[in-house]
Amino acid sequence: MNGWGIIQGLGVTLKHFLKTYLEDIRKGKGRYFTEEGVRERSASSVTGVFTVQYPEEKLILPEEFRYLPFLVYDELPDQERKIRCTSCGICAKVCPPQCIWIKRAIDPDTGRPKPTPAEFYIDVDICMNCGFCAEYCPFDAIKMDHDYEIASFDRKAEHVYSMEKLLKSASYYEEIRPKNFAREEAARLEKEAKTS
Amino acid sequence: MSVEKPVVSLADLCSRYEGLLVPDERQGFEGYLISPDHLISFCRSLRDDVGYDYLSSVTGVDNFPAEQMEVVYHFYRTTGGPSFNLKLQVSRHNPVVPSLVPLYPGADFQEREAWDLLGIRFEGHPDLRRIMMWEGFEGFPLRKDWREPFFEDEAKPFKSRWPDGQVIRSEDQNPYKNNVRYPNDFDPEQWTPVGDDALYKGMLNLSQNIQSEFKTDQIVVNLGPQHPSTHGVFRMVVVLEGETVLSLKPVMGYLHRNHEKIGERNTFLQNMPFTDRLDYISSMSNNFGYALAVEKLMGIRPPERAEYIRVMMAELTRFLNHIFSIGFLLNDLGAFFTPALYAIEERELILDVFEAVSGSRMMCNYFRFGGVARDLPDGVLEKIKELVNDRLPRKLEEFERYLTKNDLVRIRCEGVGVLSPEEAIALSAAGPILRASGVPYDVRRADPYSIYDRFDFDVAYGLHGDIYDRYLVRVEEMRQSLRILKQVVRDIPEGPIMSGKPQYQARVPPGEAYGRVEGPKGELGFYVVSNGKPNPWRYHVRAPSFINLTSLATMAKNQKIADVVAILGSIDIVLGEVDR
Repeated sequence: MNGWGIIQGLGVTLKHFLKTYLEDIRKGKGRYFTEEGVRERSASSVTGVFTVQYPEEKLILPEEFRYLPFLVYDELPDQERKIRCTSCGICAKVCPPQCIWIKRAIDPDTGRPKPTPAEFYIDVDICMNCGFCAEYCPFDAIKMDHDYEIASFDRKAEHVYSMEKLLKSASYYEEIRPKNFAREEAARLEKEAKTS
Repeated sequence: MSVEKPVVSLADLCSRYEGLLVPDERQGFEGYLISPDHLISFCRSLRDDVGYDYLSSVTGVDNFPAEQMEVVYHFYRTTGGPSFNLKLQVSRHNPVVPSLVPLYPGADFQEREAWDLLGIRFEGHPDLRRIMMWEGFEGFPLRKDWREPFFEDEAKPFKSRWPDGQVIRSEDQNPYKNNVRYPNDFDPEQWTPVGDDALYKGMLNLSQNIQSEFKTDQIVVNLGPQHPSTHGVFRMVVVLEGETVLSLKPVMGYLHRNHEKIGERNTFLQNMPFTDRLDYISSMSNNFGYALAVEKLMGIRPPERAEYIRVMMAELTRFLNHIFSIGFLLNDLGAFFTPALYAIEERELILDVFEAVSGSRMMCNYFRFGGVARDLPDGVLEKIKELVNDRLPRKLEEFERYLTKNDLVRIRCEGVGVLSPEEAIALSAAGPILRASGVPYDVRRADPYSIYDRFDFDVAYGLHGDIYDRYLVRVEEMRQSLRILKQVVRDIPEGPIMSGKPQYQARVPPGEAYGRVEGPKGELGFYVVSNGKPNPWRYHVRAPSFINLTSLATMAKNQKIADVVAILGSIDIVLGEVDR
């Protein structure tokens, strides 16, 4: 008990402290507020300042990152949207907190159900972001979004997402999850080639 | 923990109780049934003559509508090997069974929990009070005929969601004050907690007979529920004589959400993301335990690559949990946040891996029955290799240089909160607590699951059972985790990551299974009973940090009040798991 352990420990903290400045001087201005800077600070080789200054800087999200579900539609010519969802209800059945409500569309002429949703609601305050709906959807119609900034002033009015708010284009999906999108497109084309 | 041969073999003991001990012959069930009259004498022989000295789990099953309640015990030997399951069947109307606390003190909280949630009365229990719910709560929530005030349906999926779903919010259906059911003559404004006064008085009486040279007053102090050192909402009632703790009782349940009832309403698969929320620091391990239990029931095994990925994730979780817990132990010792933040840096890098693999940093929800959710994305294995081979060993060494020999850490930790090996076993302590007391018991080695029998690693253990040994055991376990990880990233094969097709409704045959893993906090067990329907009939979690708290009173006795905070920190509890 001669205090040598404490001095050694203080040495470690001093090193940490100095490194923050040394690293900043060494890397220059590019270390902050640039994409490379953020990437560098989340790599496993990072020394010095480790934190990211949200909201000016944001962490780079991996492709698999999941937050809330959204519905995918394909863009047809003349601004038409083809909703991929067939209202089969698997997402509503697999959802652990049961936050998905689907109303199946009814054909007014025949009175029989149509394979498209009339209404689709997700209560995002109940959603536990597990990603089961996207994982088990057989039509690639529901996917997990990357947009995590959903704070609002009125929970009741704004946090039950209706179909209008949930629908996002397939090109948006491609943008946030390029690899998944490419894989699914390839599988789809293959299947189409087989059936035709 | 004797290594000599047991005096009597298990078969001998069973034949001695022939006629009284009946094998459980229901399909998919195993173990023996015994009548309550013979439980104590049988268990005494089981412990003393056969060597089943570790009572891992006690729980109940409500066999409604049959007029029958079942109590299920899982015994283990601390020298390793499979479990011995014992069951009692009693009338559901008035279930009374003898308490095992005199033989296995570790049954204390678990029996209280079974009383609280299922209404099974344990005769001879020294302190049979409610543990999760509040005193005065009406009914026993885990019974099958008990319904929550916001009850919608017996089981998910709820019919209202599809095909003509209209969004309803439960808070509109059950507005504030209607979402709780009170006994008839109950007024929340007038009510004062009845249990507390009795608790304080009882504790003072207990410690009254201590003779002291000076006349001093004993006082009761509540540490918590809102207290920065309790790592959440947790309360310790302590009786103090000066600065010395005479007795201590933990009070928990402030974060209780009846995880098990939720689990029984859910389908098998739907429980997976809920297990993340138990011990939210190490969600991958929780997934692992639950997946193992259900896979045992289904009789499937994941493919090779999935096994490697699972072990990789579980060991990364162990590393991050231990480094995090050491960081926060130092917080409790007064090193305000510098060590904790150094630990969080490394944890953050591991969480980046989890995020890339599973999509979420903490609520991973990554394991599936028969595999894992998705393969490792490109570049992740390289990142793990960088971490395992370079960064983490280097940082662990720096962490050790920073703390292990620090005189202040040693003065505060050495010889404080001692738990002897006999006490640790009797109190059913698990994980680093048990091993630091000198019992080298690790489920990965004692009863290997998954592919742990392939890897080279040592079981870390301490010799003194104090806080410092728990710290050292955690550091050594991190080193061993890295050792396993190095072998994993070297050997991981290519191949499929799921056996069979992914299904959103797992078909689980009737039966029971107890799946357990060596989680970072100790033995994490899942007891699952299926009756062939899509929802589990019984879903019970053997939560390590909950049961480790049983030994808190023993550790804290005659210690200084300031050290109690450090002792609690060394147990490493997460309230999400304690309260469930």
